Amino acid sequence: MKLITCEDVSFAYENNTVIRDLNFAVNSGDYLCVIGENGSGKSTLIKGLLKLKAPCKGNIIMDISLKSTEIGYLPQQADIQKDFPASVYEVVLSGCLNQCGIRPFYKNRERAIANENINRMGLKNIKNHCFRDLSGGQQQRVLLARALCATKKLLLLDEPVAGLDPVAAKDLYQLINDLNKDEKITIIMVSHDIHSAVEFASHILYIKEEHLFYGTTKEYLNSDIGDDFLRRMDYV
Amino acid sequence: MFNILKEMFSYPFLVRAVVVGLLVSVCASLLGISLVLKRYSMIGDGLSHVGFGALTVATAMNAAPLTVAIPVVVLAAFLLLNISKNSKIKGDAAIALISTSALAIGVITVSVTTGMTTDVCNYMFGSILAMSKSDVKLSIVLSIIVFFLFLIFYNKIFAVTFDETFAKATGIKVHLYNMLIAFLTAITIVLGMRLMGALLISSLIIFPALTSMRVCKKFKTVIISSAIISIICYFCGVVMSYVYATPTGASVVVVNIIMFMIFSIVGLLRKRGNL
Repeated sequence: MKLITCEDVSFAYENNTVIRDLNFAVNSGDYLCVIGENGSGKSTLIKGLLKLKAPCKGNIIMDISLKSTEIGYLPQQADIQKDFPASVYEVVLSGCLNQCGIRPFYKNRERAIANENINRMGLKNIKNHCFRDLSGGQQQRVLLARALCATKKLLLLDEPVAGLDPVAAKDLYQLINDLNKDEKITIIMVSHDIHSAVEFASHILYIKEEHLFYGTTKEYLNSDIGDDFLRRMDYV
Repeated sequence: MFNILKEMFSYPFLVRAVVVGLLVSVCASLLGISLVLKRYSMIGDGLSHVGFGALTVATAMNAAPLTVAIPVVVLAAFLLLNISKNSKIKGDAAIALISTSALAIGVITVSVTTGMTTDVCNYMFGSILAMSKSDVKLSIVLSIIVFFLFLIFYNKIFAVTFDETFAKATGIKVHLYNMLIAFLTAITIVLGMRLMGALLISSLIIFPALTSMRVCKKFKTVIISSAIISIICYFCGVVMSYVYATPTGASVVVVNIIMFMIFSIVGLLRKRGNL
């Protein structure tokens, strides 16, 4: 089943086109990695998929079964959060807010969802700790738990391992991979890290202003573009 | 001590000032947490200057001060929020632009009509005598409305403050809640500025939030403790101004400073203890 289809999608900031004529479709259960260099428009594409930025051309078609309140999102961390006084539980619970609608307070059902996701991300021991006192890896897991509160279908992640040490990054990749394999959550991830991308992802989208490659990871590894890019990365 | 309090509350104007002041400072402290964390602290300052301009114009036209000032300041709050989002003039510059403009208009209005008298001083630094009976009624009603709106939208305000992008991406009407915060802030500032003065009202917004954040680590405890801190500080400030005959607004700020220092030290000691 196609969850998201992009048809000739272009994005522009004040007439500067950052992405041109993008075509791809994400099926339910896919693990798509969007790769490309800095400034290639990866984050813009994520914003487009979240409807935070309208494409200047083309269509992004969401499947009818996917409501806008059913998308989980792990954003790049903002400065504000570095000194924000909030407990892990409060942050995770705020992911359930879109299920409240106009109801002002949480019900037990939402509290249960929050607790479940805290346990799933292995945060039970630090549930009442302050978010700003946690390590980078723990903070990302908290934000991932919050994203899981908002969705059961689709998770968008924007550079989830940025700033993490290699061990924490590996753990986070493993968690995300488990979510995809065990819970059948569709993953769309923006990443710099091509090696982990080809290790875990089922599909690769490589963009650099225009769409350079879209296909399964296997096809990518066998393509000239993938081969060339990987070799350059190894070289560095 | 008890005798002083008894003596104080035999003056009806002091009772009015304490009741309105306590209500307003609780509202201000609640909203302040969101504003401080969103890096909007200066909005309070900017809006109070707009309030000053509006009050002077209202007095010059012989209109009821609050009924003129509230809509003007609410409008300015919406304007500030949207300017800093969309246009090429960014947040802090926009605030400075609007607040100095309003200040200039206010000063000209005052000097043309009544001249630079004690009135101006009262607007700037607050006066405990400023509250008339009808003002008091309006202030009580409005601050109770602000308080309950904040409680009802508490969870939404938390989400919008913590992570706007995530909230927007998951379908929360972020702009609406930002407008709500601006709207409530505007009302609180106009209500408080007669007592605290245009130059000092933003202290009610910023101090309790910062003070409680020195020690508290959960959003909920920050909210509750800063409300309590604001009540204690306002009350002590008024008593202090009565006993030592100091200006009320300034006394409240001084008590807030002392409280902030105490909490900072406690916070530091706690950190040391943990390490």
